[in-house]
This record gives sequence, structure tokens and C-alpha cells, in this order.
Amino acid sequence: MADQIPFVEYLEIGDDPHLVAHECKGCGARFFDRRNACAGCSGTEFQKARVATQGTVKAFTIVAFAAPGISVPFVSAIVDCDGTSVRANLIHVEPDPEHVKLGMPVRLTTFSIGADKQGTEAINFGFEPAA
Amino acid sequence: MASEDVYILGINMTKFGKHKELDTLDLATEATLAALSDGGVTMKDMGIIAAGNLMGGPAPIAQMIQKQCGQTGIPAYNVSNACATGATALRVAMMSVKAGESDFGLAVGVEKLAGAGLLAGGARKDDGESWQRSGRFGAVAPVDGRIGTEIMPGVFAQIGMEYGHKYGGANFELFAQISEKNHGHSTLNPLAAYTKKMSLEEIMNDIMIAYPNTRPMCSANCDGAAAAVVVSGAKLKTLSQEQQRRAVRVAASVLTSDPFEEGCQVLPNVNTLTRNAAKQAYEAAGIGPEDLDLVELHDCFATAELVHYDNLMLCEEGGAVDFFKSGAPFRDGRMPVNVSGGLQSKGHPIAATGIANIWEVCHHLRGEAGPRQIEGAKVGLAHVIGLASACGVHVLEKSAA
Repeated sequence: MADQIPFVEYLEIGDDPHLVAHECKGCGARFFDRRNACAGCSGTEFQKARVATQGTVKAFTIVAFAAPGISVPFVSAIVDCDGTSVRANLIHVEPDPEHVKLGMPVRLTTFSIGADKQGTEAINFGFEPAA
Repeated sequence: MASEDVYILGINMTKFGKHKELDTLDLATEATLAALSDGGVTMKDMGIIAAGNLMGGPAPIAQMIQKQCGQTGIPAYNVSNACATGATALRVAMMSVKAGESDFGLAVGVEKLAGAGLLAGGARKDDGESWQRSGRFGAVAPVDGRIGTEIMPGVFAQIGMEYGHKYGGANFELFAQISEKNHGHSTLNPLAAYTKKMSLEEIMNDIMIAYPNTRPMCSANCDGAAAAVVVSGAKLKTLSQEQQRRAVRVAASVLTSDPFEEGCQVLPNVNTLTRNAAKQAYEAAGIGPEDLDLVELHDCFATAELVHYDNLMLCEEGGAVDFFKSGAPFRDGRMPVNVSGGLQSKGHPIAATGIANIWEVCHHLRGEAGPRQIEGAKVGLAHVIGLASACGVHVLEKSAA
């Protein structure tokens, strides 16, 4: 099997794919980007926190018009993962308002976005309907 | 008049739209000279200039404007605060007046945006030949379209849908009806970029950009400038009766940024900073939302207008859908919102918007709005949001003089 790397640093791939947030030790605020300090309390101590892989869609849009190279339509959503908000695409669902609903339960899944010249596959995440 | 009172003495906006023959400085100069003339003053009277331009004009814009209109050696502040740039420039001028450093201040916002397309997320870099981590998320390739969307119509679509998820009742048709209202209002505004009434069907069947925002539900990129002259209350007393009569009192001028909340770095929270600004503004002005005769709010997308009914407390919490359905925000309703046509039809030359919305309110308070005049308007509110985020709220009162 080809080498695989996560698309972003906050994604863990493998048998149990999930997102890992930087959680402030002071106030519990969670972030996905590299941090210097906490936007909630200005604390500088962080620990890794596993983010729930199940969630509900609390906002979405179906993007029909985007930069060249981005395939449309696609569904962008904000998923409430047990109190942690996550931005992601919704996948494995028809990109229309008859199939995408506010409040729908979803779960994290991963997929390859392709291999680079060295044959390394980048693995991204998205959320799919959890029936 | 207490000395700390500040008034809008002169104000102007250019026609918004396509100005092929005019460049950034032509537009800025036109608005500046017209605002000075409107106030019956000249560049020589100004004690400070604050100006903003976000996309492509000559920099530093404040000094470039001086070089066209009058280099008097006064302090020049170049401000940048996303779509709240104009309101920020105005506040800088007012703070100087309030601090007693200047009797008169000038604020200018200008933009050339006709045909600009998507302002954010309009281009994405190609993937490299090999996956290399970069940026704060350590992504191996560009994320737009792969981890949600970065385009503004999509971001604000989600903001509207989030409100719908929380309170219910907000759907594609309702958002389109909000756009229908603003396009209807625009027919009375000769300075709007688009003045065409649109039917609900036309709006819903137009090109989809990011569901539920179709093209006419998005703010229109266009060219335009706006400028304002502010004066201290003490100085105003020394001016002519006519200047005193037309001056508009700034009852509140507030600027906020977004406080940290869960999720605010995942989807921008435009709600809390607007509510905070509104609360501060109502308190400073000593009024409540029920006292307003008209509101110009930041309808950068139809989905945004809905949430700001709530954020500006024009309705009870969670009641924005019912507020709209009651007919209140129509020009003949009890709380007219965006009688200018709003950003969806008037247009959104981003750095000019935060002054142009104040021009609209002043126009009504002075009784000079012609066919679109809200009769007897005494108090109005102008609201602007710059993403990432800044919120400006101004409460304006008709002069007692």
C-alpha cells in the first residue's frame, strides 16, 4: 500500500480516524490551528483532545460557484461534534436541499484526494450521513 | 450642545455602479469635495483626515486624496477594517474631534470593484508536485473546497442557515423574499448600482452561488466612494443657522470586535459583536430600538439581513423570521430596513459602505431623500460588519436646531 499522510495536521488517520484539537488547559477552548496562545483566556498551555466523530449539521451551504479547480457543487457544513464545532465538506450525499438537512446526524469518514509524484496519498476527512 | 457632542456636518456618496472612466482618486475626490461643500467648509478647515481603500487603489490613500484635494499638513490616518473600513475611518475622525484635537474631521472610503467577482476564495493555488505542509493547519494543499468553503456567499449562507437551525422558519424562499424587498426599495434610489425590481421567482431562479444565496441575493461589487465631515458641537454653534439645521447629531458611535466563543474560529460569529455594539449604542443614545425610524444594516447577503434583525434587537430574540413576515422592515412598515436598496442592489464598494449607509440615514433625517423619504424620520441607525470581525453601529439624530 502506498504511503499515506493526513491532509491536515489535526487529522489522525489509520484504523480509528478522528480529529485532534489543541485544547486550552486553562479554559478548555478548542482550536484546530497551530496556537501561540488561547483566544478565550490568553493561556499558553495546551493539550491534545480527541474530537467526537459523530455530530449534527448545524449549518450548511451548497457551493455552486467557486474558484477554478474546485469541483462544484459541494456541500460545506459546520458540524457540532458533541460541543466542538468542525468545518468540513459533507460527502456521500446528494448536494441538494432535498438530501442535506439542518440537524441531520453525520459521522466522520476519510478518503484519498490523490497521490503526489512520490506516490504518497493525502487523506482528507469529511462527514457523511449517519442513518 | 455639550462640547463632546459630534455632528455630521457634510456628507456625500457618489453614484454606485460601474465608473469606467473614473479611477479610485477621481471617485474619492468627488465624494470628498462634495462632502466639504455640503458642510459649507473647505479642506483648510479640516484638522484630521482618515481614509480607507482595501482593493487596489494608490496608497497611502489618505495622503493620495490630500494630493488631489488639498495638502494642508494635517494628520492623515489610513485605516483598514474589512467591510467596516468606512465606519472605522469616520470613528477615527470623530475620536479626534471628541478628544478636542480637531474642530473638524474628514473621513473617506473608496473602492473600485466593478466586475471583481469573488473577493475571497476567488482563486485557489494549484496543488504542488509533492505534498508539503504549510500554514497554520499544516495542510498539504489548499483547503478551500476540501474543508468547507471560504467564499463569502458561502460563509454568510451558513450564518443564515445556522440561525434557521437554531430558531426554525428560515428557508430559501424567506431569504429570497428579503432580497425581493431590498430590490424593490432600490427602485427609488437613483444612486444605487441596480434599481430593478425583481420578482421572487426571478430571484430564486437566478444563478445559484451558494445555497440559499443566488446572485441577486449577494451584495453587488461596484465602484463608489463616500465621504463625511464631522464637527464638534461647540464649533457647530459658531456656524450658520443653515449649517446647524442640516447637521445630524451622532448620538452614538460604537465599534466592536468579535469576542471569543466556541466555534467562532470555525464559522465567523457576526452575531455577538453586533449585539454588543447595538446594546452600547442604544445605551449611549439613551434610546431603544423601538425609537428608530429607519435602519440601514449590513445585508452583504440576504442570509445576513435576517440575523441582524435579531442582533440589532429590532425583534425579540429568535423572532427575526416573524419580524420579517409581519412586514415591519418594508419601507411602509413600522421599522423600515434598507430603504436604500441595501448592499444587494445599492452595491457594496467595501471601504465606502460604512460611510454610505450613514449618508442614507442622514439624507432621511434632513428630509432630503425625495421620493424614498421616510416621512418625519428623527432617529436612524447605520450598521456595518467587516468579517474577522469588526462591527460599527451609529445612531443618528435629526438636529434640534
